[in-house]
Amino acid sequence: MKSRGLYGEIKANRRRSWFLATGIGLLLALLGAVLGAAWGDPLTGLVTAWAVAVVFLTITWYGGAQMTLAASNARAADPERDRVLINIVDEMALASGLPRPDIFVIDDTAPNAFATGRDPQHAAIAVTRGLYQKLDRDELQGVIAHELSHIRNHDVRYTTLVAVTVGAIALLADLALRHMWWGGGPRRARNTGAGAIVVAVALLVAIMAPISARLLQAAVARRRETLADLSGAEMTRYPEALARALEKIASDPEVLEVANRATAPLYIVDPIKEFEKRARGLLRTHPPTEERVERLRSLVLPAKRRGPS
Amino acid sequence: MLGYGLGLLGLLFIGLIVVVAGWVILTYNGLVTLRNQLENAWSQIDVQLKRRYDLIPNLVEAVKDYMEYEQDVLTKVTEARAQAVSAQGPAEQAQADNMLTRALRSLFAVVENYPELKANENVLKLQEELTSTENRISFSRQFYNDTVMRFNTRLQTFPTNLIAGILGFTAREFFETGDDAEREPVKVDLR
Repeated sequence: MKSRGLYGEIKANRRRSWFLATGIGLLLALLGAVLGAAWGDPLTGLVTAWAVAVVFLTITWYGGAQMTLAASNARAADPERDRVLINIVDEMALASGLPRPDIFVIDDTAPNAFATGRDPQHAAIAVTRGLYQKLDRDELQGVIAHELSHIRNHDVRYTTLVAVTVGAIALLADLALRHMWWGGGPRRARNTGAGAIVVAVALLVAIMAPISARLLQAAVARRRETLADLSGAEMTRYPEALARALEKIASDPEVLEVANRATAPLYIVDPIKEFEKRARGLLRTHPPTEERVERLRSLVLPAKRRGPS
Repeated sequence: MLGYGLGLLGLLFIGLIVVVAGWVILTYNGLVTLRNQLENAWSQIDVQLKRRYDLIPNLVEAVKDYMEYEQDVLTKVTEARAQAVSAQGPAEQAQADNMLTRALRSLFAVVENYPELKANENVLKLQEELTSTENRISFSRQFYNDTVMRFNTRLQTFPTNLIAGILGFTAREFFETGDDAEREPVKVDLR
């Protein structure tokens, strides 16, 4: 695999992610406008679509992290029992210059981890007990560096934004479809030929928008994972440890019970393993593990000033 | 007609001044922020070194009864610590800290030979704390150097380089340990 160097990768990822986010925003506007047009007023539709997204965003902005942690049965790390974990998070906080995030442990033997929180000052990291039993100190350090990178790059804010917008699109499309199905809506438009075309377009958009939004969301998520791998490696100056950790997590046969479709994209390795097997292409929220491992191993780091294990 | 032309030129001139002033202010504030990060990163290193000095007496205390025949290793650690604590100036400080790192490394190597020590919960705990502290020291140095690099790059690249000197900012030096062994991991693996 061709390597464009760590900083080049980070830049390229950032650019592509913005491109994707813009795509999703435009999709939302288009959906609102077209559905509005079917009812006779594109502008109202557009404004409604954005308003729904803003309400959703506000709720997740302030409550999202708490909801995610609660849904995953995470409890605060114990200063005695989870000493090594807390130490490693402290080390990585120093390496990244970030404040130490809140640390949570999920009582599950399947190894995995995720980060959440709207910005570095309100961030949390959760790891499963299995992760910390099955990985050595170096590997754990790699995983924590990956999670802290999500925090430093404001990934959580960003992916939440995308997820909420996608949710809003799905909801709007659903409402519109139901409305048309039950014969409500654009009665006035229905009686003319042009009106019928507008309705047909609205129907098509209502069906296509949620699908395209989901594809874009998955693409954003994959980009973010790759970026966090690379910045994590930059933090520890030791990509091999993260590569080993990813291999161990991905090949572990145990299933993480607390993970669901909504929280799965947050984890360092997709916890829904059958899904990973089935969805080879566009819908996966994580790049294939072999690809990530290969990319890490091909890295040329800017300096060999790596911290000790 | 003429008055109108002058007015346009005047407006352009005022606009230019506003843009330049805005740029100077933004640049200055950005550099101050970066310099504060630099100071903060530097003081983090001191915090971690201090943490190490505080932990060492506890470790020596915990292992010394088991290690009757290894008194000189312990003495070396204690002496290196005392030297590091009282070191004057950055060069002497760095040298003393390197000596301490080496002394600790040989102590950990010796601990390997004592099964009772490897089973002692207190010793294990202290070892984890010291391992973590060693990591913190190098990671805070690494972050300091990363910040120096960002700061210097900012100072030396166009257009900031035009005014950085006038505003009183000068490039910083990297922290070099002067000891290659320092960059190798301290191997403390009791499992």
